[in-house]
Amino acid sequence: MNSVTANPSAQTPATTDATAVAASNAQQPPAVATARVSLPWQNAPAKLAQSLAVPLLMLLLWQFISDPRVKEWPLLKHHPALIARLPSAQILPPPTQVLRKWIEYSEPTQPYSAEQGSYVRWLFSGELWDDAFASLQRVVVGFIIGAGLALPLGLFMGASDTVYRFFNPLLQVLRPIPPIAYIPLSILWFGLGNKPAWFLISLGAFFPVLVNTISGVRNVDGIFLRAARNLGARGFTLFWRVILPAATPYILTGARVGIGVAFICVIVAEMVATNNGLGWRITEAREFFWSDKIIAGMISIGLLGLGLDTLMDRLNSYLLRWHRGADAGANN
Amino acid sequence: MTTKRATPRIEVVGVQKVFRSRDGREVVQALRDINLEIFDGEFICILGPSGCGKSTLLNAIAGFSRPTAGRLVANGRVVTAPGPDRAMVFQEYALFPWMTVWDNVAFGLQLACKPKAEIRAKVDALLAKLALTDFRDRFPKDLSGGMKQRVAIARCLALDSPTLLMDEPFGALDALTRRSLQDELLRIWQDFRRTIVFVTHGIDESIYIADRIIVMTYRPGTIKQIVPITLPRPRDPSSPEFNAIERELTRLVMEEQLRHQKDEARATAGH
Ligand SMILES: Nc1ncnc2c1ncn2[C@@H]1O[C@H](COP(=O)(O)OP(=O)(O)OP(=O)(O)O)[C@@H](O)[C@H]1O
Ligand SMILES: [Mg+2]
Repeated sequence: MNSVTANPSAQTPATTDATAVAASNAQQPPAVATARVSLPWQNAPAKLAQSLAVPLLMLLLWQFISDPRVKEWPLLKHHPALIARLPSAQILPPPTQVLRKWIEYSEPTQPYSAEQGSYVRWLFSGELWDDAFASLQRVVVGFIIGAGLALPLGLFMGASDTVYRFFNPLLQVLRPIPPIAYIPLSILWFGLGNKPAWFLISLGAFFPVLVNTISGVRNVDGIFLRAARNLGARGFTLFWRVILPAATPYILTGARVGIGVAFICVIVAEMVATNNGLGWRITEAREFFWSDKIIAGMISIGLLGLGLDTLMDRLNSYLLRWHRGADAGANN
Repeated sequence: MTTKRATPRIEVVGVQKVFRSRDGREVVQALRDINLEIFDGEFICILGPSGCGKSTLLNAIAGFSRPTAGRLVANGRVVTAPGPDRAMVFQEYALFPWMTVWDNVAFGLQLACKPKAEIRAKVDALLAKLALTDFRDRFPKDLSGGMKQRVAIARCLALDSPTLLMDEPFGALDALTRRSLQDELLRIWQDFRRTIVFVTHGIDESIYIADRIIVMTYRPGTIKQIVPITLPRPRDPSSPEFNAIERELTRLVMEEQLRHQKDEARATAGH
């Protein structure tokens, strides 16, 4: 930091001092080349504004076309043809209404009382949390089943040509069938409830993990195998300490795609086979024409998906911290 | 050196290696009629222009690729597979990127099921010797080329194998580090009586370290000449004897280099 403020040749404007002090309080690493390169925290507000501009504009537009109060505006009041073209709040509720509904949806239904249990439990006793938890549980269980079967099979198929020849034809036939197409069969086999959902979700996760695991093992660079065998690695150790880690970038890609497909499957499965969960909730809301609740549910689904993806991302960059492609920020 | 020459440690008899492209049309004869005996405790350098088959020969001795014809014997057994009795330093380093520096060096010892304390002591000592202690917990992606090369050397030395196969192990190092590692390698070689096959295209390097220098021809790779170096160690690269040998070797290698260039010129003209 001293190099910023004390070095007269660094052509930083005087206003930087404040930010520099603030930055050194935040224990930023010393910046060296400050003269021409702009400091990352200097244009952070600008970047934030850029990334918020389009979403905010969309929200405003949405509010504008859907808010019933807008239709009372003097400018519009006398143009019934124009007003008739704007969607009704029934079809497209304004964002403020959706937000209100979303808060209502997430709020506890009962007032807090101590004998019901802890405060935190009460806080998350609303419908939304029940639904989100039910959906999350299904994705996790289904994913663990699907990936748990795909990973060992993929490792064997990748490592052994014989195993590959045995299983590949069947898998090639089954793979193009979208998991959604299994819905009728899954209900026939498992009835309603969690079981058909787990089945569909594990199917959805299975193929991406399998395919990527196979190519991960098959694409292990020969030089690693040679080096390992030169050092005396054979059999299981060779597999566990060399082939498996070398294949992890592929396997994790598969897992990430797999959890995405699993997430699609959970919503679909809930729409047809269960009576709770986020997917079920938005179908239910449609029957009552609660468009605000549908949208609130959709947003919840989006947030849950984002959470899952972020989690996978973290896991990825932790497990691949050795990888050249892994993000540079994680190397300390 | 001349006392125990009864059974060679490595025997290369009539070895040929032909690479064929997938469709079988393009054929590269990388090695032809290689006959070589390497004796216990010898320090051998293989010298030749780029692409003459040095790595191919070393890979064959290491057991990675079977020769098209001929026979290879190492440590009393016919070479059929790689093994830790012929520790190798790869030209491409071949460090495991998912292991830290420390784990890379320790891996071979762990595979040999050595006791933990022994592994720790040995790896720490090697890392210290190769000036890598500060980087013990780093992954290879964070290392410079020269550091990677030093890790590869440490990994190879950790094995304590009787034969060391080194494919341009000092190629990516600066001159000073190279000289100190050459001295270190000579010390290890003398102290532990290893047999070393060392591939290089550094002429002065080969004169500095080798007992015998195998000069190879370019396409097909054959042995052009075997030059014994009898100068007493430590050798002085500025001495007139050293320089005389260097001139002679430069001439031999240059001949091959020129032939190679002429070949290429003819090939491009023919197209
Ligand atoms: N797997 C392969 N398939 C086809 N040709 C190969 C293969 N490996 C090597 N060659 C050819 O064999 C010849 C010898 O290669 P080699 O790698 O042994 O050379 P080198 O002497 O080690 O060269 P350098 O000093 O550049 O490492 C080269 O002409 C190369 O093109
Ligand atoms: Mg080579």
